[in-house]
Amino acid sequence: MNKAIVEPLAHGAVPLRVVETPSGLAYWLVEDYSVPVVALEFAAPGGAAQDPPGKAGAVEILAGLLDEGAGPYDSRAFHEALDDYAIELGFHTERDVLGGRLRCLTRHLDRAQDLFALALNAPRLDDEPIVRVREQLSAKLRHELKDPSAMAGRAWRTRVFPGHPYGLATDGSLESVAAVTRADLLDLARRLLARAGLHIAVVGAISEASASALVDQAFASLPKANGCLPVPPAEFQGLGGVEAVDLDVPQTTIRFGRPGISRDDPDYLAAHVVLQVLGGVGLTSRLFREVREKRGLAYSVWADLRALDHASFVYGATTTKNERANESLAVIQSEIRDVADGGLKSEEIEKGKTFLIGSYPLRFDTSTKIAHQLVQIQNEGHGPDWLVERNRLIGQVTLDDAKRAAKRLFGDGSLSVAMVGRPSGKRGTDSGARPAP
Amino acid sequence: MTDAASPQANVREFRLANGLALVAIPDHRAPVVTHMVWYRNGAADDPPGKSGIAHFLEHLMFKGTKAHPQGEFSARVTELGGQENAFTSNDYTAYFQRVAKQHLPEMMAFEADRMTGLQLTDEIVAPERDVVLEERRMHCDADPGAQLSEAVQAALFTHHPYGTPIIGWTHEIETLGRDDALAYYRRFYTPENAIVVVAGDVEPEEALKLAELNYGKIEPRGARIERHRTREPSPVARRLVAVEDEKVEQPSWQRCYLAPSARTAAPGESEAIELLAHLLGGGQTSLLYRALVLDEKIAVAAGAYYMGSAIDDTRFLLYVVPAPGVGLDALGASVDRVIAKFLAEGVNADALRRAKTRLVADAIYAQDSQATLARWYGAALAIGESVEEVLGWPARIDAVPAEAIVAAAKRWLEPRRGVTGYLLHAEAAA
Repeated sequence: MNKAIVEPLAHGAVPLRVVETPSGLAYWLVEDYSVPVVALEFAAPGGAAQDPPGKAGAVEILAGLLDEGAGPYDSRAFHEALDDYAIELGFHTERDVLGGRLRCLTRHLDRAQDLFALALNAPRLDDEPIVRVREQLSAKLRHELKDPSAMAGRAWRTRVFPGHPYGLATDGSLESVAAVTRADLLDLARRLLARAGLHIAVVGAISEASASALVDQAFASLPKANGCLPVPPAEFQGLGGVEAVDLDVPQTTIRFGRPGISRDDPDYLAAHVVLQVLGGVGLTSRLFREVREKRGLAYSVWADLRALDHASFVYGATTTKNERANESLAVIQSEIRDVADGGLKSEEIEKGKTFLIGSYPLRFDTSTKIAHQLVQIQNEGHGPDWLVERNRLIGQVTLDDAKRAAKRLFGDGSLSVAMVGRPSGKRGTDSGARPAP
Repeated sequence: MTDAASPQANVREFRLANGLALVAIPDHRAPVVTHMVWYRNGAADDPPGKSGIAHFLEHLMFKGTKAHPQGEFSARVTELGGQENAFTSNDYTAYFQRVAKQHLPEMMAFEADRMTGLQLTDEIVAPERDVVLEERRMHCDADPGAQLSEAVQAALFTHHPYGTPIIGWTHEIETLGRDDALAYYRRFYTPENAIVVVAGDVEPEEALKLAELNYGKIEPRGARIERHRTREPSPVARRLVAVEDEKVEQPSWQRCYLAPSARTAAPGESEAIELLAHLLGGGQTSLLYRALVLDEKIAVAAGAYYMGSAIDDTRFLLYVVPAPGVGLDALGASVDRVIAKFLAEGVNADALRRAKTRLVADAIYAQDSQATLARWYGAALAIGESVEEVLGWPARIDAVPAEAIVAAAKRWLEPRRGVTGYLLHAEAAA
């Protein structure tokens, strides 16, 4: 039984239908024949937050293994089978979901469908690829040990979410990755690859009947219920201080943040507008203007709002030469305080709104991007009407809404900060930051 | 094989009276356009002693014109919800915006304006030089891997400017000023030297009309600059370059060979080298991956990359990430054995079929992205290729005989043509 709902965007249309397959799975379909390509994306609830204790990185390893052999094909044979027809198949883990992407030429859909379904329903998890994937991840982790960007992210997360899965890296650590066993991976595969909570999108030169067949062959036979263990809310810690990590490099890498506003809060979109004004994409944010344009302190500076299933937070970054790193942080803190204390102007709010609205269609200009967006929208708990609703609601955000959201977001302006490098120099007004060693 | 409605089937090319080239790539699936301006100059055209000027000018192009003061263009793009950026390569510099389609005329107006209207003062130039120095610090000075890449390129190109980093050497960036930028700007930023690419939800005739309206009024400057770079002499010595740093926790190995590019190769040869790169290191079914990662288990990753889209002789790169405890000498020896075996045994028929399938499929997948197509065409034209050559690429790939690939490997993967690079951990100084 098929339900068809057509939801146009404000300009032009993404001709979207919500379809139910013969086996009762729901997916979102965009049928378009201009390019002979099919793209599918899916997300299953769980993700890295389901890493077993002491085994951070396990789900990431699992994601790396799902295309390393399935059914009758060992790793080599499986890759040859994919490469025979230039079929692109990959899996990835995020904090709260385990997902995958399939892309193929329409003429090779049958083959792609078979291999995709095998990967999900009969992953082999052979010993050789387990060792190899674990070693590849370990090589990456070794590199990250002295990579300022990775170090700053970890230091920040450990400070802010100690004892919670969000405080760990999704790729784990050398110790935790070494502890992951095949039994762990089999258990995770069984628990996380299930029908419940699946979000699926299919885009491209494919009919509804074929798309439903693709979805059913891949997902219909999975266990009905998923085995996700409950994850507690993550409490934000460490405001008002700096986690300083010494590294002998010419620049200091900085990460900063504060608790945010959750996805289902009425002020959530207003908060996004505020973050767009403060540190958003493009070359015109407040932080860009003050840190890069006016003072030449950094090549890159940004801040955004991250909404996960169990936490929401403001997160930002910059990198500045050591002698002026404290100055960079002070400038950022100063802008945040201004925004928190009602400094937002009507004109910049309107510009932030216009940007968020006008930039939305740009997320939909390739089949894989459309599929990704449609899965994201489902992950955030919205229906197909979000394609129009999102912009409508952003359009309704007023200056008062933005100021209220800013006050709620930034409070007294204190931040939780991590700095990797050898920062020195004048700080300006102090937020209670500990001096670097 | 292209569907009648597919973007590649409908690419159109035009030339304005003032010499400006226009490529229109229609794609009506989303109400979005990608608008790009490519200038036929890149880092390899930096004057000696002024390395980084092409890249620095790219930054300064965002600093305002007489008609549109600093920040106005960027503010407007943001206001419209668009994305913008720019990049400098060895052979070209490009500026682009992605916007909802109805804003194309305005983007063209801004871009045409800054082709000739740039206004620079020392107050503007100085902080931006600092930004570039920060960019260099962030991407290179703090990163031993990036330092090694620079050293490998400098050793590979002993005489040709591809050996100079695009961002420039620090001591030369520090000396760049307003006059350098303006001299470079006047020399290269002319309509004859520019290619406009418009991809997305616009008909070619409409793109032409808009281009004529906005770019057509720019005065022609005269014949396009002939670019002459010093030629790289034929290499005679294999080279080894190493960077040791206490920050290196994961050692790595690479080798870069001097190889002909799409422009300097004999007919069919660069396509053969493209296939060679894929066969040697194009994924998990490749020769290096199978031998080093799967069979010998001395590596965790291995790949190859050929920068065929270049004006002069270019790079063919192999890279390997060793498994723990494996020395880089041993790794290099294994790579050499794989190459020797390939030369002796020739191309496996299934592997060749797969490689061609992959590369031809890439051209079809590219049609799914207006931004990818725009880049593909822009880069090709900027180095002197034609639209027909781009369209004909999949057929040329398909036509490469197995023997040509082996011949290319024999001719170009000679040790003397290569620089090997080691990235090593060093103990901290006491």
